[in-house]
Amino acid sequence: MKTLLIATTALLGSACGALAEGQLNLFNWGNYTSPEMIEKFTEETGITVTITDYDSNTTALTKVEAGGSGYDLVVPSANYIPVYVRKGLIAELDHSKIPNIGNIAAEWKDVPWDPGRTHTVPWQWGSVGIAVNTSVYGGDVNTSELFMDPPAELEGKINVVPEMTDVLNMAIFNLGGEACTEDLTVLKQVRDKLMAAKPKWLSMDYGTTDKLSSGDYAASVNWNGSTMRARINNPDVVYGYPKEGYPLFMDSVALLSDAKNVDEAYQFINFILEPENAAMISEFARYANGVAGSEAFMPEDMKTAPEIVAPAEFAAAGQFIPTCPQSATDLYTAIWTELLK
Amino acid sequence: MSSTRGPRSKGLDGWLLSTPALLLLAVAASGPLIIVAIYSLLEKGDYSGVRWVLSGEGWFRVLFEKDIFDQTISLADANLTIFWRSVKLSIMTTAITFAFGLPTAWFIATRPARSRAFWLFLITIPFWTNLLIRTFAIMEVIRNQGILNTFLMHAGLISEPIQILYTDTAVLIGMTYVYLPLMVLPLYAAVDRFDFRLIEAGYDLYASRWQVLRGVILPIIKPGIIAGSILVFIPSLGAYVTPRVLGGGKNMMIGNFIELQFGQGQNWPLGAALSTLLLAIVLVSLVIYTKVSSREDPNG
Repeated sequence: MKTLLIATTALLGSACGALAEGQLNLFNWGNYTSPEMIEKFTEETGITVTITDYDSNTTALTKVEAGGSGYDLVVPSANYIPVYVRKGLIAELDHSKIPNIGNIAAEWKDVPWDPGRTHTVPWQWGSVGIAVNTSVYGGDVNTSELFMDPPAELEGKINVVPEMTDVLNMAIFNLGGEACTEDLTVLKQVRDKLMAAKPKWLSMDYGTTDKLSSGDYAASVNWNGSTMRARINNPDVVYGYPKEGYPLFMDSVALLSDAKNVDEAYQFINFILEPENAAMISEFARYANGVAGSEAFMPEDMKTAPEIVAPAEFAAAGQFIPTCPQSATDLYTAIWTELLK
Repeated sequence: MSSTRGPRSKGLDGWLLSTPALLLLAVAASGPLIIVAIYSLLEKGDYSGVRWVLSGEGWFRVLFEKDIFDQTISLADANLTIFWRSVKLSIMTTAITFAFGLPTAWFIATRPARSRAFWLFLITIPFWTNLLIRTFAIMEVIRNQGILNTFLMHAGLISEPIQILYTDTAVLIGMTYVYLPLMVLPLYAAVDRFDFRLIEAGYDLYASRWQVLRGVILPIIKPGIIAGSILVFIPSLGAYVTPRVLGGGKNMMIGNFIELQFGQGQNWPLGAALSTLLLAIVLVSLVIYTKVSSREDPNG
């Protein structure tokens, strides 16, 4: 009995200790947060960080909107941020609590999805392209035809990530449309071509880094950083920039309106805007960050990586996807749902 | 007086004492179901959730689809395909687990009493591990660079990996593995009570092995077969994790289709209607099961 009592007291004591030292609940994409960076943050501040993964913007939005999630920070993509703001799900940032706010690189300081960075700070940004295992397919990789009309070598071997915005916009570019288009002729072509291509796909799955490395997929619609990680594991993997056009994305950190650990969240936001720490994030997930001065701390192999530095001839084909009007989103969701089932 | 305070008032006390538990059970069990049923009759909200406007759209969408472009209404054959795939895979899972489960249960029941506990214990070991982890373990076995394909390629039996992952076969393998114990345990309970002298009696009356199996063994262990089939069929029908991980997101089952409506599809009323329908199918098949089994069982 006495032992039990001591054990209970000790347990209570440690629980209180943890509380006093602070906690932070980060809700982020899977396989996207550098564990070394989190470790360093905990060492410097004593704050314990709990990371919960999500796999798509819609999943994250649905869970946050349901409320009571207990998360403090979320990392949505650019086109979802105005939705969070409109629904009052994320709080306006108090810039006076973020001394490092000035470290945001000039081109990311005032962005269309968050003018003046009133609600978010940059996490990472990159492009959506096509990763191809060259031991299976030796043709041109810089085209979205690879998944819109797979060549014989890739039939039944190509994966398409189930992220609506990325896939649909790449398909729209493939057919000569513009982002957020509501042109029904284009969208009908998009649907029909995707539906015709789907039987030739192997899967619509996440976890692309591992499966590209291991050869479970011969190709995949994929993000550049993930492809770089796969290429480091398996040199046969190359990253193609679809010349018909491809989406660029930026994920940004936002403070949830119902966050419990607001002070800790501000400390974290300030921490990741420190160039050295931003570089740690990039070193893990292999995407560029939006923090000025982080270049000095970036790993050498990222400065020249073909996945990170787009070749000049394809650089112009990449474009940011704005937040589409609700009417366009409704159309896209309908096409997407039809495609997924 | 004290002698008449017997069983009756004790029974009343029992009811009164269990009221809080019964109330909690009733609310906790039926409350969420009622919410789901109500949501299926509302209008879908922007991005997620519902608007509190009465609408039959959710139920309409279960069976029919409106073309996005020319608004023509047609039968939603994609939905029916998903339903059919779920039912088909669940029936196949039930059949395969039965084919493996009966010999296993028979083997355990015919061991000496002392070692039976040990064999049953082995059957329950997989339950100690999380379903998700077991499913990923199956994935490691069947993926292209996995144990099975590597072994077959080293043995020279195949020159290229067989694509099992992301097919219906993968889902079937996963579900069979996961639900096999649920078939073995009730079968064991039935076989364990079986009087083996009846088999000898059957042979004495010149029954063939097949006739003994069909005429003697199966009818007697039927309650175990039915219990096992229900325990396997129902969770298979609603399976989510296994088809999600092993099916690769392209070959959905009802569970994934429902999740799609609450997630990326952003159509909660349709998701709620599908859930209610799934529940109804399960209830109806349960009622049929019980009716059929009680009618055919002469000892009823």
